[in-house]
Amino acid sequence: MIEFRDVSYVHQNGVKALDGVSLRIGSAEIVAIVGENGAGKTTLVKHVTGLLKPATGDVVVDGQDTRKTSTAALSRKVGVAFQNPDHQLFSESVEEEMSFALKNFGFAPELVEQRVRWGLELFGLEEYRKSSPLVLSGGEKKRLTLACILAWDPEVVILDEPTVGQDSIQKEKLAGTIRMLTSSGKTVVLVSHDIEFLWPMQPRVVVMKGGKILGDGPAPELMQDKRILEAARVAQPQLVEFGECLRERPEVPFADPLEARRWVEKSSR
Amino acid sequence: MADILEITGLSFRYPDSPKKAVSDFSLSVPEEEIVVLAGPSGCGKSTLLRTVNGLIPHMYTGEYSGNVKVGGVEVKESTMRDLAQKVGFLFQNPENQIFMFTVERDIAFGLENLGVPRAEMRDRVDEAMRLLEIGDLALRAPHELSDGQKQRVALAGVLAMKPRLVILDEPTSLLDPRTAAELVDLVGRLRRELGTTFVVVEHRLDLLVKVADRIVVMNEGRKALEGTPEAVLFGDEAEAYGVTIPSVTRLQKMLAADGRLPLTGLLSPAELARALEGERR
Repeated sequence: MIEFRDVSYVHQNGVKALDGVSLRIGSAEIVAIVGENGAGKTTLVKHVTGLLKPATGDVVVDGQDTRKTSTAALSRKVGVAFQNPDHQLFSESVEEEMSFALKNFGFAPELVEQRVRWGLELFGLEEYRKSSPLVLSGGEKKRLTLACILAWDPEVVILDEPTVGQDSIQKEKLAGTIRMLTSSGKTVVLVSHDIEFLWPMQPRVVVMKGGKILGDGPAPELMQDKRILEAARVAQPQLVEFGECLRERPEVPFADPLEARRWVEKSSR
Repeated sequence: MADILEITGLSFRYPDSPKKAVSDFSLSVPEEEIVVLAGPSGCGKSTLLRTVNGLIPHMYTGEYSGNVKVGGVEVKESTMRDLAQKVGFLFQNPENQIFMFTVERDIAFGLENLGVPRAEMRDRVDEAMRLLEIGDLALRAPHELSDGQKQRVALAGVLAMKPRLVILDEPTSLLDPRTAAELVDLVGRLRRELGTTFVVVEHRLDLLVKVADRIVVMNEGRKALEGTPEAVLFGDEAEAYGVTIPSVTRLQKMLAADGRLPLTGLLSPAELARALEGERR
């Protein structure tokens, strides 16, 4: 679905934000991109939507070279909720905000209405329908950007720091929405520092540092790789760390982090 | 110690809103405390902060009743100028707060606005850079810095005003875990060295519990819970109000309920594993 072939990108100030990145993300995959601030995560995402074009190498999305495709055509396929929702919200009211892209993509009015209602309900924003997006709290604005994107049903959904400003109840709902997306065949890319949120979904994890990919593999494998995590300044999930401390005692049932997770989950219900 | 912040029976309703954003809320914060304010999104935290730094009622009007006192003086009777020197505010995204061409000019911005004499301004800026260990960045352009460095520059600008109370609005949310841990350590150190009081809004408590004295949880404009980090995180109610209980703390609670260890102190994953090791002996 998404392919980076030896992609490099240099910011105007001379900083190499991507340095020879090669990466293939398939349909219906869930991928977490982690790494310290400035590792190149957001720059990578901007290449998928065609907002940035590679200096060298190619980025191909659903068979189309992003250099030769318009951003409008790409955005029909790829929806991104950026880190700062203030950069993305501009309409007079929440409902206009939600219908803006739908109208641009030529959806019929009944369908626009249906999708707007669906999105506001899914993210608990119905009461703000007629309000200005500016009166929403930080967490609500983030949910609104997400609702806007899901409304046009893109194949790839990219969420940059989606848990910022979200309380635990909203985070749980968000995790549910992500599961719904992957089970309906969408490709989901999550950029986040919130390792405690990412880990239970057991995504494929791509670790970045200094514009390079330092590690790429399934969560259980990478989250045990202390060398890579240390180098990329990524925290280890608490239950994985706990399990490692108990490696000598396999008889303790929660030494297995996923088992511990299920246990903890059950208790909080 | 005297209370730096005293809120009594505060209610506030925005003009267009049917319900009160803050409702009969009271809170006393003694000097040198670090208080964490948590609660579900839309619970009134941001409104409450605005009543402390004076944006309410000086910039936002609405139905206001009750009292907010900072350093013994009513906020509604103070000027924004006085408040700017008493209450420092660090926004979630430092990019909303830094805009000058060099780091030191940025830190000096608030002081310039107050007309602080040049020599004193120089001293205060240097002192703030020393405290935050960013002296080497003095002549750099803020937009070239990393997110963690930007946060420090913004905080230096706040500290240069020598506020007795500093409010941090989700200060770690955009930082990677290591940088976030460094910021939390810094808050603890500033409290020790300067005696500054901190009110920190945060959903993520795993890092802050190390330095916090108290957690206050808001819900629907009211105070829902208040207690030490242990009392709130070990209790059964916090989760219902959207507070993220660290998974290791949940595990600790369950192990304690099983009688495998006593429920004392919030343990890190390694400490919890060691406590279980002790169980074997």
